[in-house]
Amino acid sequence: MQPIKEIRSRTVVLPLADVDTDQIIPARFLTTTSREGLGKQLFHDWRFGNDGEKKQDFVLNKPAANGCKILVAGHNFGCGSSREHAPWALLDYGLQAVISTEIADIFRSNSLKNGFLPIVVNKKCHDWLLNNPGAEVSINVEESTLILPSGDCVKYPIDDFARYCLVEGIDQLGFLQQHEKEIQMFENSRQ
Amino acid sequence: MNKSASKTLFEKVWSSHLVKDETPDTPAIVYVDLHLMHEVTTPQAFSLLREKGLKVRRPDLTLGTMDHSIPTTPVKSFKDLAIVGQGAANQVKTMEDNCAEFGLELLGFDSELRGIVHVIGPELGATQPGKIIVCGDSHTSTHGAFGALAFGIGTTEVGHVLATQCLLQRKPKTFAIEVNGTLQTGVTAKDIILAIIGEIGVDGGTGHVIEYCGNAIQQMSMEARMTICNMSIEAGARAGMIGPDDTTMSWLKGRPRSPKGKAWDQAVEHWTSLASDRSAEYDRSVTIDGSAIEPMVTFGTNPGMVMPVAEEIPASGDSGFKKALNYMQLTPGKPLTESPVDVVFIGSCTNSRISDLEQAAKILEGRKVAEDVRMLVVPGSQQIKMQAEEKGLDKIFLESGAEWRESGCSMCLAMNGDTVPSGQLSVSTSNRNFEGRQGIGARTILASPLTAAASAIEGSVADPRPYLET
Repeated sequence: MQPIKEIRSRTVVLPLADVDTDQIIPARFLTTTSREGLGKQLFHDWRFGNDGEKKQDFVLNKPAANGCKILVAGHNFGCGSSREHAPWALLDYGLQAVISTEIADIFRSNSLKNGFLPIVVNKKCHDWLLNNPGAEVSINVEESTLILPSGDCVKYPIDDFARYCLVEGIDQLGFLQQHEKEIQMFENSRQ
Repeated sequence: MNKSASKTLFEKVWSSHLVKDETPDTPAIVYVDLHLMHEVTTPQAFSLLREKGLKVRRPDLTLGTMDHSIPTTPVKSFKDLAIVGQGAANQVKTMEDNCAEFGLELLGFDSELRGIVHVIGPELGATQPGKIIVCGDSHTSTHGAFGALAFGIGTTEVGHVLATQCLLQRKPKTFAIEVNGTLQTGVTAKDIILAIIGEIGVDGGTGHVIEYCGNAIQQMSMEARMTICNMSIEAGARAGMIGPDDTTMSWLKGRPRSPKGKAWDQAVEHWTSLASDRSAEYDRSVTIDGSAIEPMVTFGTNPGMVMPVAEEIPASGDSGFKKALNYMQLTPGKPLTESPVDVVFIGSCTNSRISDLEQAAKILEGRKVAEDVRMLVVPGSQQIKMQAEEKGLDKIFLESGAEWRESGCSMCLAMNGDTVPSGQLSVSTSNRNFEGRQGIGARTILASPLTAAASAIEGSVADPRPYLET
């Protein structure tokens, strides 16, 4: 994984609450055996009509969304299935972070392992972001802060280990493998 | 016992699996006793092992099956199964190849033990109290009904478990949900869990492991308990658990992978000790009057948008609520029971066990599915299919006009060709009523097998209670 220290971008706002992973990537696209190329199917049934044409009124299809790397979404983003295809699709599309007032557990865990930043902020900050689509914000991953255009700096919660892995580009499997001796001892103790 | 020594079921299971405890800087390393796998969330994990030249650490603790993308159309031989779509065919083949290459047990196409991963674990007796069980599937919470700590993981974590048998985890919080009282006629575990999700919300359990307790839970069968724990994830919880008791032991006794002889006696002693201590404390708790719960149905596009079947659809000014009702083509203030139904689905890891099928059959026996309704009955496993056929349930379903299928996830998530056409209304015993979950534009109402069967007969959303009066 590449180290991630800072993300700077305009925001694209999807104000709906409880956006589930079936919306992020519908189940019929999960027959793939690869993790590549899923951006084409991101929010598929919200982005495209039954005729395959883009729905012009969907936020990601509007010209203002071009190049945005930060999604601002409603409460409880990523609920539902454990499919890691959800963060894979978001990343492949070009998004690098989501900001909400709550992010579902499994989606958050999957996101952190792929370098997609799940950021939870308080309601006041969230309301401001919802009301100001396209705001230029930056995320300082090392400091765990979101910097608003006013210069206000909002601290967001993140597990220290996850933050360390993101900033250093560390693969968590490597960390587990370093504990081979402890794992072996644990197994021996149970026999 | 002083309070500090009192532990919850979750804490007992958690603390006995710590290879290394968490610190402020690092998560805990927890050991996994059983790793279940299916074809959808594993291929990329095996690719990673191959890239890194790694082996599977404990093939003996790893068990695979195929359930999501396989067809459920009835055929004479599994060899004849035509898999719907090249992607699905490739995925199933990839699962076979991966399990062969890494030396893993696969209950594949030809196995009589094949079925939905969360149905076969318990059925085999592989799911046991006190275990940590994981699977690349959010409904892994089902296995918590046995007093296991069971939760869904992503594909990267599937790779971690394959390679190290361990996971990095922060300790979740605990949440006690106590359900008391005698359930009304026509009210099942499905209605209870839908009512709970309605009460605490689809994010009510985020960051928590739920323990369901109270006399209504104690009186439930294992199958009903599995239905309850299954939908813990729909309340956002990491897992759901129920303390092991005599019901648990009786269900497990004699199963193919349950301990035998002296080992069984030792296991029972250990399992019994896992129940939460009387004075154990939880981070959060809620008490629910089970006797007040009625048959429940969803009306929106998440499982928290739920109401008693006989009531009117509620109203709200919330834009998300309006969007959901617009998608569902439903109107606030109207009864849901006026809505014509196109499809009825009995199946999924929530409600596809033998007692679910028996409940549906009880209502359907001697009656006909309404002319314009397509009804699918999909057993949770090939073993359940055989049991149902021994009991003659297949004949009841077929004579009523329903389709009787092979096992699989089927119309719960519609990735195997079993789909609800766009715009059609489905009454489904599955777990998610998300937009498009059962097919593009499909409108899903979640309900119990009783409510689903009654709706199939009436051709509209129906209260099952009139069918149960003696």
